[in-house]
Amino acid sequence: MAHSTTNYNLDQKFEFTATLKKSIMTVLVIGAVILAVGIITAMVGGGHDHAEEAGGHAFHWYQRLFANLWINNVYFTGIAIIGVFFFALQYAAQAGWSTAILRIPLSFGNWLPIAAGLMILTFFIANHDLFHWTHSYLFDKNSPEYDKIIDGKGGFFYWPMEKGTFPIFFILRMFLFFGFWVFFFNKLKSLAFEEDIKGGTGYWRKLRTWSALFIVFFAVSSSVAAWDWVMSIDTHWFSTMFGWYVFASWFVAGLSAITLIVVFLKDKGYLEMVNQNHIHDLGKFVFAFSVFWTYIWFSQFLLIYYANIPEESVYFVERLQSDVYSPFIFVNLVLNFFLPFLVLMTRDAKRHAIFLKVVCSIIILGHWFDFFLMVQPGTLGHNGGFGLMEIGMLLVYGAAFTLVALGALAKKPLIAKNHPMLEESYHHHI
Amino acid sequence: MERDKNFVLGVYDDEDVLLDAVSKVRESGVKIHEVYSPFPVHGLDEALGYKRSRLPIAAFLFGLLGTSLALTMQFYMMRFDWPMIIGGKDYAAFPDFIPVTFELTVLLAAFGMVGVFMVSSNLKPWGQPRIFDLRITDDKHVMAIDLAANASLGEDKIAEVLKNSGATEVNKKSFE
Repeated sequence: MAHSTTNYNLDQKFEFTATLKKSIMTVLVIGAVILAVGIITAMVGGGHDHAEEAGGHAFHWYQRLFANLWINNVYFTGIAIIGVFFFALQYAAQAGWSTAILRIPLSFGNWLPIAAGLMILTFFIANHDLFHWTHSYLFDKNSPEYDKIIDGKGGFFYWPMEKGTFPIFFILRMFLFFGFWVFFFNKLKSLAFEEDIKGGTGYWRKLRTWSALFIVFFAVSSSVAAWDWVMSIDTHWFSTMFGWYVFASWFVAGLSAITLIVVFLKDKGYLEMVNQNHIHDLGKFVFAFSVFWTYIWFSQFLLIYYANIPEESVYFVERLQSDVYSPFIFVNLVLNFFLPFLVLMTRDAKRHAIFLKVVCSIIILGHWFDFFLMVQPGTLGHNGGFGLMEIGMLLVYGAAFTLVALGALAKKPLIAKNHPMLEESYHHHI
Repeated sequence: MERDKNFVLGVYDDEDVLLDAVSKVRESGVKIHEVYSPFPVHGLDEALGYKRSRLPIAAFLFGLLGTSLALTMQFYMMRFDWPMIIGGKDYAAFPDFIPVTFELTVLLAAFGMVGVFMVSSNLKPWGQPRIFDLRITDDKHVMAIDLAANASLGEDKIAEVLKNSGATEVNKKSFE
């Protein structure tokens, strides 16, 4: 068979133009300004009220800042690691269709070291404001604040140290997960780029092995990370599906980000090999996993709603019966289920960039709301909400992530030219 | 001459020959009634110039019917016909209805799709399916040309076109 892929410029690189950089920087600056305005209004206005909270803490404006940092830390870490996961998935499944777009998800992984720094820094600055379990008096049997339930769960955070001192187990897991994720990402990246230079099928085999190892590690770590970073905010409450739930949310957001950047690069005239069939497959992915996320969301909700055990249902009572958060539950469902489900249902919608652009942007915003609903009620209670600070912080993080991902994309060729399945990707037809 | 009665059949024993033949026959102005083959031939739909199937639309509509039937049924039963308090919930507790609604949506969409397919491809349980050639379930591809639709050409001309396009046999078939 003649190699039809030789018609293309296989050494093509994405050129990160100054204009594009400038426009992303503009978004970042606008976000920073909105954030600053939000912080100032919060400093001047304070919370909704200056009354003492139930926990005996007065509400401070910086708690809302920390909560926002945490939402975006978790959210964009997820999108970054899903990029690496998607890449690994294609190799582990020996998929050929996606070869032409593999560099885009791979570039997301470059956010991981930054995400690790931000996450660890935020935790050390804001631990008491974000995580109720970090207060040492909860574990002191003589204290009036002693909490039997949290004391029972204390080992999960503090082992092998004394409960309520330094959460060494928790910190260790954070370092371990980020360490391994970055390690696997670098391994996959270096093998993929070495293949570009040297060629041969050996690299593909190695990548398959490393991908399989990564997926096994990711299966465990993503779940535990979800308990650590999100579920432990509501320390009393637990859900046996939470790891899946966070993974599903991350996966849809990650897939939407991949699709959005692929479509954007197509518009700019890159990725000539990528045709409507690849776009269609990405659209199917987004559609299918939107439904999957809804399935997980609803399963968690229905079991808790139906059993109606107080210590479980308090989680939804805090959200559904709150003036601040109850509208967002429905916003969440509309943006993440009804719109993608109805808009992406037809074949034509999945094959045309304009629908995908709209839906993927909506989904990325929608899953931010999902994390907003997971983090804010437990940290801020009725002092939370969606305001200038939230918008600003999301814009800052989003722009920074885009800068990092596109910057990494511009350094290396866009097409894995020595990938043994490039020909298959070129002929991909559904 | 009536339509859908008298046919000329071109028999082919290779799918590549068949694919070329379809384009050749269509170019020579002969209208093809249908092509039968023992296995799916990639690109045959495009060669025949068929529009995309409208089956997904039928599936969506049947799914919608399932959704509305399920919700109506449950609301009627739980709210009007025989109200019961279960687990301290309202009579018509919407979240409880979702699983049944989902299942019925899937069921009706699937059944509806199969039913529509059966009827539209003449495999319905009533009536008589028309067998053009028994070998289409074995190793031969058969192109059926409706004589009435190509009245201007005449039988011999059509047979000649089929022969030239690579048919191994040309037969006649009439249905009552």
